[in-house]
Amino acid sequence: MASDQVTLLDLWASPFGMRVRLALAEKGVKYEYSEQDLVNKGALLLQMNPVHKKIPVLVHNGKPVCESLIIVQYIDEVWKDKAPFLPSDPYQRAQSRFWADFVDKKIYDFGRKIWTEKGEDQEAAKKGFIDSLKLLEGELGDKPYFGGETIGYVDIALVPFYTWFYAYETIGNFSIEAECPKLIGYCMRCLKKETVSKSLEDPKKVYDFVVMLRKKFGIE
Amino acid sequence: MAEVKLYGFWPSPYSHRIIWALKLKGVEYEYIEEDLSNKSESLLKYNPVYKKTPVLVHGDKPIAESLVILEYIEETWPENPLLPKDPYERAMARFWIQYGVDTVAALRAFYQGSGEELEKAATELLESLKILEEQGLGDKRFFGGESMNLVDISYGALGYWLAAVEEVKGVKVLEPSTLPRLHAWAKNLDELPVVKGKHSGL
Repeated sequence: MASDQVTLLDLWASPFGMRVRLALAEKGVKYEYSEQDLVNKGALLLQMNPVHKKIPVLVHNGKPVCESLIIVQYIDEVWKDKAPFLPSDPYQRAQSRFWADFVDKKIYDFGRKIWTEKGEDQEAAKKGFIDSLKLLEGELGDKPYFGGETIGYVDIALVPFYTWFYAYETIGNFSIEAECPKLIGYCMRCLKKETVSKSLEDPKKVYDFVVMLRKKFGIE
Repeated sequence: MAEVKLYGFWPSPYSHRIIWALKLKGVEYEYIEEDLSNKSESLLKYNPVYKKTPVLVHGDKPIAESLVILEYIEETWPENPLLPKDPYERAMARFWIQYGVDTVAALRAFYQGSGEELEKAATELLESLKILEEQGLGDKRFFGGESMNLVDISYGALGYWLAAVEEVKGVKVLEPSTLPRLHAWAKNLDELPVVKGKHSGL
């Protein structure tokens, strides 16, 4: 695969983009990172993702793949000889897909409401967020990672959101660790891995980014 | 071969997706209708996270979320493949399946709207379906090419279900004049043996 041309269209603070960076790092794939301006979208982004005009987009030998979890599955299938993300048993694979989908449905949506809403709506989002993290803690059980002994599909789907926890906590005025110490312990364990620490952004920088977005959207 | 059970809700297109997939794979299964206003112990046991249908139970192992179930069926019964083998083509199929998840919001707004909101919802649904027709379906007979695959299955609600809603609302969105290829696709889908006769009573 030495002649592969791989480019990632991304935005540095995006947890969805971080999923792809982590997946590529786990497989040891060399790629070109291309930071995108989402306010003035460039021709390349519009050409590669005409339907949604969003990041991340993986461009592999000129062909674009969109939607972060679809990209992660694609990476797993193309670079299949190393670090498989999904288990080999179909039932276990279904469970992994279910929980990654759960992260998309719950963690992202509730998290977003924590930094965009106020008052009762924000409180409801905080509760939903914590309840969802607790369900994930239950699913993790005693395993070091959702993937078992190694990082897998659900870990890749979830752990980038850790970089947004500091922003959620500061804006929402609550402590995620106080409610879900096991999950935070899990995130810390993941961050000890070089592939994770080099793929994830600094939570303080993400917080500054979110503060900027709130000002821009006139939230406060 | 372990027993296969499907907990479903007959008015829901999500349940029909699973029925079509199982039929296309020739899998014997027992169908159990759920009363969603009075959920059974089994449903709550098998889908504690969402407490929704459809749920597939294979042996005694439950799988929830229709798109997750479809991928499970595809992997467990590989005969008559419903996804491309090539990773890039598979990613494209999954992309269009995912696009349908976003289309559901537009469908729901159309179903629930009235007056001005209905008009707006109809326009948005039309725009959404235009992209699907132009870039997803193109000139193919089915999303899967000559025969239906998981993408066609995931859009099943655009056939009989949308037609029923259009009749109730008195507003047509999917017509030969507005969406000729997608309209033809819906007609072809409705003629397939696995689909025909599944939606009587709507």
